[in-house]
Amino acid sequence: MPASTGNPMQDEAVVTIYERSRPGRAAYVAPPPDVPDVPLDDILPPALRRATPARLPQVSEPEIVRHYVRLSKRNFDLDSGFYPLGSCTMKHNPKLHERAAALPGHSRLHPLQNDTHTQGALELMFNLQHALAEVSGLPHVSLQPSAGSHGELAGVLLTRAYHEARGDAREIILTPDTAHGTNPATVTMAGYTVVNVGTAPDGGVDLDDLRAKISDRVACLMLTNPSTLGLFDSNITEIARVVHDAGATLYYDGANLNAVMGLCRPGDMGFDIVHFNLHKSFTQPHGGGGPGAGPIAVSDRIAPFLPVPVVARDQDGTFRLDHDRPQSIGRLRGFHGNYGVFVRSYAYICSLGAEGLRRASQVAVLNANYLKALMARPGIGEHLPVAYDRHCMHEFVLSGGPMKRNLGIRTLDLAKRMLDYGYHPPTVYFPQLVDESLLVEPTETETRETLEGFADAIAEILAEAAVDPDVARNAPYTTPVRRLDEAAAARNPVVRQPMD
Amino acid sequence: MSDYLAVTDDDLDVMLRAIGVASFDDLLDAIPEEIRMKGALDLPAGRTEQDVMRHLADLARRNTSCDDETSFLGGGMYDHYVPALVDAIVSRSEFLTPYTPYQPEISQGGLQVMFEYQTAICELTGLDISNASVYEGPSAVAAAAYMAWGQNHRPEYVVSEALHPHAKATLRTTAHGWGGRVVEVPLRDGVTSADDLAAAVGPGTGAVIVQQPNFLGAVEDLRSLSDAAHRAGAVMVASCDPIALSLLATPGECGVDIAVGEGQPLGNRLDFGGPSFGFLAATSAFTRRMPGRIAGQTTDADGRRGFVLTLQTREQHIRREKATSNICTAQALNALAGVLHLAWLGREGFVGLGELLARRTHYAREQLCAIPGVTPLHTRPVVREFAVELDGDVNAVIAHCQQAHGINPGHALAADFPGHPNGLLVAVTEQRTKADIDALVRAVRSALGATVGEVAV
Repeated sequence: MPASTGNPMQDEAVVTIYERSRPGRAAYVAPPPDVPDVPLDDILPPALRRATPARLPQVSEPEIVRHYVRLSKRNFDLDSGFYPLGSCTMKHNPKLHERAAALPGHSRLHPLQNDTHTQGALELMFNLQHALAEVSGLPHVSLQPSAGSHGELAGVLLTRAYHEARGDAREIILTPDTAHGTNPATVTMAGYTVVNVGTAPDGGVDLDDLRAKISDRVACLMLTNPSTLGLFDSNITEIARVVHDAGATLYYDGANLNAVMGLCRPGDMGFDIVHFNLHKSFTQPHGGGGPGAGPIAVSDRIAPFLPVPVVARDQDGTFRLDHDRPQSIGRLRGFHGNYGVFVRSYAYICSLGAEGLRRASQVAVLNANYLKALMARPGIGEHLPVAYDRHCMHEFVLSGGPMKRNLGIRTLDLAKRMLDYGYHPPTVYFPQLVDESLLVEPTETETRETLEGFADAIAEILAEAAVDPDVARNAPYTTPVRRLDEAAAARNPVVRQPMD
Repeated sequence: MSDYLAVTDDDLDVMLRAIGVASFDDLLDAIPEEIRMKGALDLPAGRTEQDVMRHLADLARRNTSCDDETSFLGGGMYDHYVPALVDAIVSRSEFLTPYTPYQPEISQGGLQVMFEYQTAICELTGLDISNASVYEGPSAVAAAAYMAWGQNHRPEYVVSEALHPHAKATLRTTAHGWGGRVVEVPLRDGVTSADDLAAAVGPGTGAVIVQQPNFLGAVEDLRSLSDAAHRAGAVMVASCDPIALSLLATPGECGVDIAVGEGQPLGNRLDFGGPSFGFLAATSAFTRRMPGRIAGQTTDADGRRGFVLTLQTREQHIRREKATSNICTAQALNALAGVLHLAWLGREGFVGLGELLARRTHYAREQLCAIPGVTPLHTRPVVREFAVELDGDVNAVIAHCQQAHGINPGHALAADFPGHPNGLLVAVTEQRTKADIDALVRAVRSALGATVGEVAV
């Protein structure tokens, strides 16, 4: 244990719940036995039973609560401060949504309940399907996928089903070299080979490279627009034409949908398949790494292959789960999707309405461009130039290359120093195309003062580095732990509590 | 309407001037005119917070939840009691609102939870390594098959007929992508036969996948099934109920290579089917093939104990098309609920809960099967759920029980098991007392009487 730092959080010993365990302690009180006390051996032969009990902790309720409340204080969170993590859309999570989702009629509804007893839930899902169809400009929706990457998998399997139904074997999927890592990983899972398409100097898809690589062996182009550089690709209708002329599908990664709601629609751009991240654009709290939901919307030609079930409305106005879709790719998970997430996102859409969604995207774009302008001021701009000097959409990329050369600190050091200033850093080292990149997404729910305060903090960190770069190189100082040895963790993995 | 924005007219002026444009529309110059939306989205106008709450409450009232009837529904999700401390902890902003822990120095709480969760899953399954969660149960089965594919590139997956129907369907859909196919082994008296399995596996078998207890509630003999799989060189996968693992021989003890399962019974709401979490654990031979996040212990620059995401060279953000999976966002908050529930139950309480469920399930099966017209679908040991065949229309029985008695007697099996047109799957939890079970028995007796024309009791 290092010497005291005067920071109570750092001085506190790190103890796991297992290390708090003492024989004889417990929180749970079992219900009194009511059915006949048949010997267990008569119900379950010893040969089928485990040899020793699971070594779960033995702790009282107050200890459990105190343990996890203390752990919670070792997290930074969106409700505590600015979180401009690029491509993650860390917008405010309205508290109403938690209250609505907790209503027993939603939270204690069993997924195998008959359709006649789940009309409220099915109506909610039907309305959400409609809203997502409207926002995307693609008429057919499946709510089933569990997260963005799961939606991508759904989309690529739909592409496969579409081509196979036409007897058209294709083996390549194109992704831009700026794509999120889930895109190529998904392509491999779905049995395709990835070919990268280059990026033009203006940050858009390199059309010549696309034309060179498109062929009747290409099943799909996966794209996000705006791209992971935060730039809208003005050539999108030409890209769609090139892709469609070759018989391929055009897939929209909805990670960046927050830039365009009510302003323009993937369907109108020529996309065939879109996934949504309800935990990004539609305010499902991220939960420290889930849950999310990744619904998909598709065009008419893809619709027959959508996963089952989808929610349908009959002539008489009743809702039902429709399993009778003979060309469906089948299921991607159990039951009907992450309904608890649907409740929250539906509540959000009801609150904002058509005009509110459009306004949200407008302010997301406004805030990003304002913060980008603040980053150009002297003291910042010469060290952290914007990678593509055009109007951005909801996020923008800075390069820390000049900072590294001028001041001797890397993007990683800047990010770690931001922690001492009470900010979550932007996404770092992604997209990989830009040297020492920072991807900054402020979202629409932040105030002008917050953006200005963030810019001031960056200016201070850079000024401080000009005097003594070691300050940033050794940061952070005030967090519960300081820089962690990730290499040692990977070299000698300790991934569970050792037990005696 | 609520829009959660803060930009005032003054702000807008200042910001546009700083950006150097005259109007907001100038910022959209990259969007070609022909694809800009001309009109408004066809959606209702925004509403106030109280209006939206009323609408969501109206919709909730039109559902029949487990608060509204005595439910014996199971089939993968169960109405267990969720202790109050789960709600209190998972609703804390510090757990609810962060992203995935990309900055470990300010994410130690979440990372330590993952570490504690992984430990609990290793203890439940008797296996070496667990990840920090996958989406849910059936897709966890597909994730295990993809691990086997990475290991042996054998395209055939031999599954038990009593693997959850949604897991079978998910596996078929997903494996089709990489060229995999699914072969089913039928049941004998409610369980998967090791002899039939041995006959079904071969050099093309990538993995054998069974469920414990199986979909019809029967406890499988995992050891003999694992032996049959391994003799063919296949990876053995078991999809397990986490609460049943309080009593049952662990996957690790039975020679299982990869154990997965639906985590909902551990501290998660029913939520009409999600979100919950899937768990996935394996022997150390599969460490480099694990999908998704894994938290590991390390030290900081001053030597303090800390936690980080580790073994990340498996993952999509590093390996891209060579990643072991495409998974990114998983179910961290739901896994936290799981570890909280397990800590609350504790070492002895967890076993006690398992025994309570086994005795009540046994009692319920005995009592129900004492009714004329109700026969067990199998006579195998059961620990939380069982299946019966009714001598009468199962859907009419369910409807009668719901309408006349406020009891949901269980799940009709016909859609997934056509050989059991009047099969009923009945689940018991600690929330269903002996009195509830006795009421179920009276309701089913009355329903069977009513459906064959007798006077209902």
